[in-house]
Amino acid sequence: MDRRRLEEKFFQGLMVISSLAIFASLVLILADILVKGVPAMSWAMLTQVPRGGFYQGKAGGVLNAIVGSAALGCGASALAFFFSLPVVLYLNVYLKPRSRFSVFIRFSLDVLWGIPSIVYGAFGFTVMLFFGLRASLLGGIIAVSLLVFPIMSRAMDEVVKMVPSELLETSYSLGTTRLEAALKVVLRQALPGILTAALIAFGRGIGDAASVIFTAGFSDYISFSLFRPVATLPLAIFYQLGTPYPEVQDRAYASSLILTMLIVLISVLARLLTRRYKSFVVK
Amino acid sequence: MSRLLKDKAAEKSMMALTACVGLLLFLMVAALLYKSWPILASKPLADLVLGRSWSPLRGCFGFLPFIMGTLWVTGVSIIIAVPVCLLASIFLSEYSPAWLKDLARPPIDLLAGIPSVVYGVWGVIVVVPFIKNHVGPLFKSSTTGYCVLAGGVVLAIMIFPVIIHISLEVLAAVKFEVREVSLALGATRWQTVKHAVLRKALPGIIAAVMLGLSRAFGETMAVLMVTGNVARLPRSVLEPAYALPALIANNYGEMLSIPLYDSALLLASLILLLVTLVFNIISQGILARLERRVA
Repeated sequence: MDRRRLEEKFFQGLMVISSLAIFASLVLILADILVKGVPAMSWAMLTQVPRGGFYQGKAGGVLNAIVGSAALGCGASALAFFFSLPVVLYLNVYLKPRSRFSVFIRFSLDVLWGIPSIVYGAFGFTVMLFFGLRASLLGGIIAVSLLVFPIMSRAMDEVVKMVPSELLETSYSLGTTRLEAALKVVLRQALPGILTAALIAFGRGIGDAASVIFTAGFSDYISFSLFRPVATLPLAIFYQLGTPYPEVQDRAYASSLILTMLIVLISVLARLLTRRYKSFVVK
Repeated sequence: MSRLLKDKAAEKSMMALTACVGLLLFLMVAALLYKSWPILASKPLADLVLGRSWSPLRGCFGFLPFIMGTLWVTGVSIIIAVPVCLLASIFLSEYSPAWLKDLARPPIDLLAGIPSVVYGVWGVIVVVPFIKNHVGPLFKSSTTGYCVLAGGVVLAIMIFPVIIHISLEVLAAVKFEVREVSLALGATRWQTVKHAVLRKALPGIIAAVMLGLSRAFGETMAVLMVTGNVARLPRSVLEPAYALPALIANNYGEMLSIPLYDSALLLASLILLLVTLVFNIISQGILARLERRVA
């Protein structure tokens, strides 16, 4: 075998090993979380709020954090959706394709996507101080919606961009205004994809801890008041793991399992929606 | 008539909203700059960035240990992630059949979707004990396992999906003729990749690596959980480090009562924002130019 062949085989081997290593790291992470989390899992974890002494190993669960994360995720996704949808429709229906403004906005969204969540947390915190807000559900919603806004907009943009321009032209020729075309044709055509985008953003929102550490605070109780602090699952995991008690650290594993399962569920749902979307759209 | 009016009104309000998006970045920089102004005005920038001692109670705000901590952890993660990701991307794009490529996408997306706190937990239960019990003794070091290396390993896995995703897109954008010509001249597949495809894809690959770098740079929770958080300059990968984002996340609460402390932490956020901004602007610029060339 000559040197070229040898080199070819060598690098092919390395490539296969690298690909397997990446796949293995995912399997390892999921398996370790399962192995550590399942024995620590209990019905009480899912259905109770922390009782007195929960962080020293007494009874209770993380229902406060599950409900808090859900409220925060829904609120933030809804707020981000409320801003993303007009922006995306404007980019794709009102602006000419490749106009300078749309290039600039898409570029800004891509850059915003790359900003670390802790910076959104710090920025959200300064905004809260400006309005005299304390750590609260509302503060958390503001910070997380800033974080998921670029993700949601860019994902929606990709779907709405795919709507064939003939559909718009047909609807204009029937005498609709651009707004009517946007809401009644484009939106309907892209709806499943838009929902997928919202779902992805929701998943990102409930999993993020760095942006809520300043802004949402933490609480052992369930509250839906916008102005009270609220618990979140990632922070609950972080605090439980930080205690010196093994029983409480076990709860961190169980909580991680809950969070991971939620994320897996959301990503499977998003994938199913996308598949459905592909088979129903007018081509 | 009212329909046209509605259309106009919608256009104007949507335009205003869209313009706000463009302004958001400037607003963030301005707000953090405004908040960190007290400390920037009272201390020379060189003292802040190059100062080695951090004790807010005595008014010492030297960011160097945190900046170096972040650079060490980020550096280790990039050294691990870049070769692995490049090889895997080349495999998926140049060697593997289409069905394998499709099959590989969901796991990579899932890797991207796992929350950073879960990566942190995994680091604590797997990576940290492994380094303590197996890697440490190998180098005759009594490390606790909470160290630069642990952070680097966890971060590397976290940035795999970022680098692979963009590298795959970049490799797919390289024209097929490039490969055909090289193969027709008698090059092996690896030679084709090495001399033709990678050369064409180089700017895009650099952009992918820079995006991974900026993700690692700003990652907070996982790093906070596994690097040990000791504010000292690390001298080896088995020593603890304290990263800049971890500093911000760890000190919320106590910062409000000490003068200049909140300003210092917001300055840390500003540094993070500016660094990631520069990385992102450069790499998105490269990618946008590539996309234009393909279109």
